[in-house]
Amino acid sequence: MSISPAAGIGARRPPVRGSAEAEARAARARRLGARTIALGYLALLLLAPVAMIFYRTFEHGLGPVWSAVTAPNAQRAFWLSLEVVAIAVPLNTIFGVGMALLLERGRFRGKWILGVLIDLPFAISPVVVGLALVLVYGKTGWFGDWLAENGIQVIFSMPGMVLATAVVSLPFVARETVPVLHELGTDSEQAAATLGASSWQTFWRVTLPGIRWGVVYGVVLTTARALGEFGAVSIVSGRIEGQTQTLPLYVQDRFENFDSTGAYAAAVVLALLALATLLAMTLLTRRAHRKAGT
Amino acid sequence: MAIEVRNVDKRFGDFVALGDVSITVQDGALTALLGPSGSGKSTLLRIIAGLETPDAGEVLIGGHDVTHSPARTRDVGFVFQHYAPFKNMTVHDNVAFGLSVRKRPKDEINARVHELLGLVRLDGLAKRYPSQLSGGQLQRMALARALAVQPQVLLLDEPFGALDAQVRAELREWLRRLHDEIHVTTIFVTHDQEEAMEVARQIVVMNAGRIEQAGAPGELYETPANEFVMSFIGPVNRLGDAFLRPHDIQILPDDDGTGTEALVERVVHLGFEVRVELKLHDGRDIWAQVTRENAEQLELTEGQILSVRLPAARVFAT
Repeated sequence: MSISPAAGIGARRPPVRGSAEAEARAARARRLGARTIALGYLALLLLAPVAMIFYRTFEHGLGPVWSAVTAPNAQRAFWLSLEVVAIAVPLNTIFGVGMALLLERGRFRGKWILGVLIDLPFAISPVVVGLALVLVYGKTGWFGDWLAENGIQVIFSMPGMVLATAVVSLPFVARETVPVLHELGTDSEQAAATLGASSWQTFWRVTLPGIRWGVVYGVVLTTARALGEFGAVSIVSGRIEGQTQTLPLYVQDRFENFDSTGAYAAAVVLALLALATLLAMTLLTRRAHRKAGT
Repeated sequence: MAIEVRNVDKRFGDFVALGDVSITVQDGALTALLGPSGSGKSTLLRIIAGLETPDAGEVLIGGHDVTHSPARTRDVGFVFQHYAPFKNMTVHDNVAFGLSVRKRPKDEINARVHELLGLVRLDGLAKRYPSQLSGGQLQRMALARALAVQPQVLLLDEPFGALDAQVRAELREWLRRLHDEIHVTTIFVTHDQEEAMEVARQIVVMNAGRIEQAGAPGELYETPANEFVMSFIGPVNRLGDAFLRPHDIQILPDDDGTGTEALVERVVHLGFEVRVELKLHDGRDIWAQVTRENAEQLELTEGQILSVRLPAARVFAT
């Protein structure tokens, strides 16, 4: 008896194809399921609330929004937020890169303690940070007398708000930079040294260019965190209307005073600032990847 | 510049990387530090460069004590095992680095970089980034970068270790010729005895943090100071406490009663060289190295019983 090869294959094929198709369908279903869950989770927690804010803000047109965001106190809060960020972020960038260098390149006892200390602001509630700052720098605090004698007001003014913001956004730059530094290794720094470069020249010309994308990422996260900070700043600022209200505090204030248009409008401005920061980061990292690819 | 290392000790925790090591390298010499991994050869090189500090002892370059000088003031060119390129800079900027941190005029830098890229045959690649170069090209760029500042001393850590066999052979030859041209005192680290023998004029054999022997390649081969050097440099047969080179074993065409009886177990043809694995009448295994011509004359076949003459074997006091 002879079976033609074609018939043989034909006879075997349908069940094989069927099971392969079933498997592919199952895989597609699994992938689809996983995506639905991931997107659904994001939608419920993030997209829907943010979309709601945008909707509520613009539901009566642009007019009320415009007058809300141009209100003197809103303007003041907007600029104050930017000022605080403009001081706290550079401070944390310099400090963060320094700490990352110490953690990754330094050789000293108790280094792990430093690592834990840097992470502490992640663990402690911002409200506690605020209270602690008041205890140290407030009128009855440790440095209270000395500060008062020298005419420096920390609590209920700008320095305190910058301090509080700096503390809560402290870990980002260091934490983003350490792994990049580790990956960079010490060979190229040592090569620079044998070529006669000072440590300062080595840092600017070899180390910093090598870690710049880690630092940039850290700066972006720091900025986003600093912009949105509420708890710690709320305590140290005293929330003086038109004076020590940052944008998040202003949103809260408007909300409590039943000025929902003002609250939503300010919230949208805040959200747009954060979005702009994230967008800047995405564009920058994309450019970095493109450059690394060449 | 002559290099002198005096009684250097270096520990990493409990591990003794170097124990009382002293070497002298003449001005303009081409020297290999040869040893198995963990023998301390790279550590010694890094101590000479100032990338590690010794726990005890001194390092002198050109007669000056540099033991406590930082790497950047030692005037030493160092080529790293994995080349350590500055990835964010072009080939040109990599080579120019040493001159540019010295704030030399632009024209001078460009002329020097151009000259060096010619020397290492990377002429057309000045605008490339390190990620666009092959291993051999990176190696030559690293060398040009180290030479740009006209160092007194050139140190290379496993310079050919990460390259494939053909490129390696080419670069060895090239390094030796380069040394003939520029005469800079050069030390390179290697674990490959053939590489050391081929390139260096002087070899320092290291083992377990100590120097076993230093001398010219032929000297180490002919008169090894100890068992380690004998077995690390060149092939060796061990008969109890005695050592002998495979090519010293004579296979006798006729049994004239002066030789030792041996059974041919295997004949391996390696081109010009033929390796003959033998079992002596007392059961000990040795192997002999003969030329192809010789093997043909002797008509060696596996299973054959013949007579061999074992020359005076070397015995080292332990």
